[in-house]
Amino acid sequence: MAILVLAEHNNKELKPATLNAVGAASKMGGDIHVIVLGHGCADVAQAAAKISGVAKVFKADSPALAHGLAENTAPVIAGIAKNYTHIIGASTTTSKNILPRVAALMDVQQISDIIAVHDADTFDRPIYAGNAIATIKSSDSLKIITARGTAFDAAPASGGSAGIEDLAGASDAGLSAFVSAEVSKSDRPELTTAKIVVSGGRGVGSGENFKIIEALADKLGAAIGASRAAVDAGYVPNDYQVGQTGKNVAPQLYIAVGISGAIQHLAGMKDSKVIVAINKDPDAPIFAVADYGLVGDLFSIVPELTEKL
Amino acid sequence: MKIFVPIKRAIDYSVKIRVKADGTGVDQANVKMSMNPFDEIAVEEAVRLKEAGKASEILVASIGPAKAQDVIRTAMAVGADRGILVQTDAPTDIGGVEPLAVAKILKAIIDAEKPELVIMGKQSIDDDSNQTGQMLAALLGWGQATFASKVELDGSAVKVTREVDGGLETLSLKLPAIVTTDLRLNEPRYAALPNIMKAKQKPMDTKTPEDYGVSITPRLSVVKVSEPPKRTGGGKVASVDELIDKLKNEAKVI
Repeated sequence: MAILVLAEHNNKELKPATLNAVGAASKMGGDIHVIVLGHGCADVAQAAAKISGVAKVFKADSPALAHGLAENTAPVIAGIAKNYTHIIGASTTTSKNILPRVAALMDVQQISDIIAVHDADTFDRPIYAGNAIATIKSSDSLKIITARGTAFDAAPASGGSAGIEDLAGASDAGLSAFVSAEVSKSDRPELTTAKIVVSGGRGVGSGENFKIIEALADKLGAAIGASRAAVDAGYVPNDYQVGQTGKNVAPQLYIAVGISGAIQHLAGMKDSKVIVAINKDPDAPIFAVADYGLVGDLFSIVPELTEKL
Repeated sequence: MKIFVPIKRAIDYSVKIRVKADGTGVDQANVKMSMNPFDEIAVEEAVRLKEAGKASEILVASIGPAKAQDVIRTAMAVGADRGILVQTDAPTDIGGVEPLAVAKILKAIIDAEKPELVIMGKQSIDDDSNQTGQMLAALLGWGQATFASKVELDGSAVKVTREVDGGLETLSLKLPAIVTTDLRLNEPRYAALPNIMKAKQKPMDTKTPEDYGVSITPRLSVVKVSEPPKRTGGGKVASVDELIDKLKNEAKVI
């Protein structure tokens, strides 16, 4: 048994989601290898080699891999796939984009977004926005998996001393090209790994009004999230969205402000340890999952909370 | 240009689903079924490209039971020209027709129909797999742009803005290519009644997976389907002071 983990990175830094994917891999038993696909990504490979429990790191460094294009990265992974029983990535947009392409190249039915490992072939995954949990067993000899970060403990980022092997043969498939990126900049913690998340919904009313959410988040050292309604209305960027098709979060404390609690939103946050809901509508579904609900006007409650904390 | 839009019939997004008592799946009986919301966005995008004079024909296909022709007619009512129903009674959420088999059937349709652009939903809201578009692109050897929030056709290329974890990313793909839709690509229109009537006259072929030489035998067997752990919520506090006290002294999270 050997397991290959797809590293999540930006060519400079290894992203914490990789540690959760290694954590999921460690539940399956077997040697864990990490593959870093990028350009000028030596520091990332060094960081991956230090992850506790990792036995080997493959580094494929090529201009064709600089932007993680699926057309160019998938064949590199497929090229070494026969050496593995499992290939795993975190449930990020990177892995969601690349791994199904690898799976089809290998004639494998991928298993998306697992939340538990029963044995090397059997896994739990949420379906219907998390309103049902399917336990499924794969008959493929190679398992290709994405793992939900919040469901698996992060492997320690240090303690390992894996060897790094260069992997040649990457080329540009000539099918796609990177044009540009608009990366959201924030000094706040990353949404999917933050200990506290403050999220705003339609009730916040405008992008300008999100300042009161920001003030509360900064007082708590929290990340900021949002409901689909708030993103659709343009109050905040798309990468703030928590929910079935956005990001999944499971912080120690989730504060939902002006969010009614559609099932698609609950799917992304109901595994939080403690949920606080602030909403003027006492019948809002969010209160049914909240540990502490406070009914009232968010425009007076949130500033008061920020001030008194 | 011909655009191909694969669509799926799934339990409506507003339905509170029920896990079957015997743990074999999710109850589909007497439940409202609709076109998967991401597929509605895909159809809408294709129709807008046709209205802008950039596409000449929109072909839709759905894999599922005979009733799946309802979503084909719905797509026709908003502007699709022609449909293919690939009929099977196997489940289409789990334990039946899986994304890899769907991708193989779609590839066979594409080999015969030769569209230059495929627009499809990024995931269906029943099995939430988010795989089919990427798999189809791999099987065809085409470029893929997943999670699209903007699509611009430009001669022999398509420029697509994608919603990714860190923000937005724009790619340019050589045609033919696969685009999968995210929520903010567009707002789908409702079908007007006269168009719903007219849609009944549009041509629809009925096929089977066997017609395309594709085995739909599942690779993943369903051990069981269960309810998620219930959350005991519903607690209330009366004031900000009480909330802070509870968070500090009861929950101990701040």
